Amino acid sequence: MCLAIPGKVLDTYEDNDLLMGRIDYDGTVNTACLAYVPEAKAGDYVIVHAGFAISVIDEEEAAKTLKLWGELFECAAEEERHKPKNPSSNKTGDA
Amino acid sequence: MKFLDEYRDPEIARRIFGEIAKVTTRDWVIMEICGGQTHSIVRNGIDQLLPDKIELVHGPGCPVCVTPLEMIEKSIALARREEVILTSFGDMLRVPGKHHDLLSVKSEGGDVRMVYSPLEALDLARKNPAKRVVFFAVGFETTTPHTAMAVWQAHREGLGNFHLLVSHVLVPPAIESLVSSPHNRVNGYLLAGHVCAVTGWRQYEPICERHNLPMAVTGFEPVDLLDGILSVVRQLESGKATVDNCYPRIVTRDGNPAAQRLVDKIYGVCDRKWRGIGNIPSSGLILRDEFKQFDAECIFDLAGTEVDEPPECISGLVLQGLKKPFECPEFGRKCTPATPLGATMVSSEGACAAYYAYHRFSNQLPTSSATEDKQ
Ligand code: SF4
Repeated sequence: MCLAIPGKVLDTYEDNDLLMGRIDYDGTVNTACLAYVPEAKAGDYVIVHAGFAISVIDEEEAAKTLKLWGELFECAAEEERHKPKNPSSNKTGDA
Repeated sequence: MKFLDEYRDPEIARRIFGEIAKVTTRDWVIMEICGGQTHSIVRNGIDQLLPDKIELVHGPGCPVCVTPLEMIEKSIALARREEVILTSFGDMLRVPGKHHDLLSVKSEGGDVRMVYSPLEALDLARKNPAKRVVFFAVGFETTTPHTAMAVWQAHREGLGNFHLLVSHVLVPPAIESLVSSPHNRVNGYLLAGHVCAVTGWRQYEPICERHNLPMAVTGFEPVDLLDGILSVVRQLESGKATVDNCYPRIVTRDGNPAAQRLVDKIYGVCDRKWRGIGNIPSSGLILRDEFKQFDAECIFDLAGTEVDEPPECISGLVLQGLKKPFECPEFGRKCTPATPLGATMVSSEGACAAYYAYHRFSNQLPTSSATEDKQ
């Protein structure tokens, strides 16, 4: 029930004094209440749960996380390149 | 789709699996609180692909599963009333009460409607002034701002025919209760990302400190989940516990202040009974006195709906991480999604339903090559 999905704000408007927006979920457009993310503007990505946007997606943080995983990826690839060709790799990882 | 696909990348997932295997030296039990995460973990086979030393157990974070049977009976009693339109999220309509579920009341002529958002229920109240529209309000902190907003709007518009049957529950008291139980075997927690989007993760810091309990705020995609698991394992292995935010694109320490303010204005905290677990102090929400006219339990006489759980169902133990669904004698026999005995078989986020859907009739990995194509 707590699943929420990302969507892009197309525009904002008021309905019964409540801030609303049209949200594009990869081609499917639906409305959501934006009262809890009043800072959201057209072009922002928000995360929507049961008709309410609960958070504006922080694109900088998203990029940072992806970069970190990219580094982990490179690190592992690097390790593999330097690993001696020995099948009995240390699986217990005594640190 | 942006902000989804990159977190489903099987290559990144494989790397994080590798990293987890590298840092794990001892047996650890990790609980994901959120039912949505349980579903994603089982669907993607994450629990089976982790090192054997790591056991994932599934927490009580499925609102449909923990809503007590007497609340289901109350919703059924309301749905039977001539003047009532009973609304709720889809899953709630199929939870079996003592003899019926809400859908069967609908088939007998009751006005029961599935809504996607509490605002739709509010709209029904506007359009049906001669009826009383009741929204069966279940859910954790992710959902409470929405029902709070519906009440606030009804209050502002002077809508006298909109009511909530409130069964909201809160996550931190549930974790506190699980951790303090003498049966506790969980070493670390994956915190529910979208609950934390609303509340922030600040409120978990005291629990983390008190119990030296590793926690990671975690998203729902496979890579997000693995990132959270890696964080918890690293904390466990180092002996240093923090609340690590592994979902920073959505979650901040303080959460969503506008949502918190309105929830506070509309609701106060109360003790609440969790299905299968029992009473947990200060774990529920109740409408404040100023908003009692919106409380269905104050408007309608709903006394006499106390009921017992079906004795064969062990969902309470499943919800506390003490048993796996396939350890229930009725799992897949008398109890299936078509004929559910307990709520954990009803909701797709319930552990029993997830295990059934993905053929988990034992702990065995079905095929060793499941790794790649499951991602
Ligand atoms: S399989 Fe059915 S009866 Fe058994 S614990 Fe799960 S919901 Fe209850």
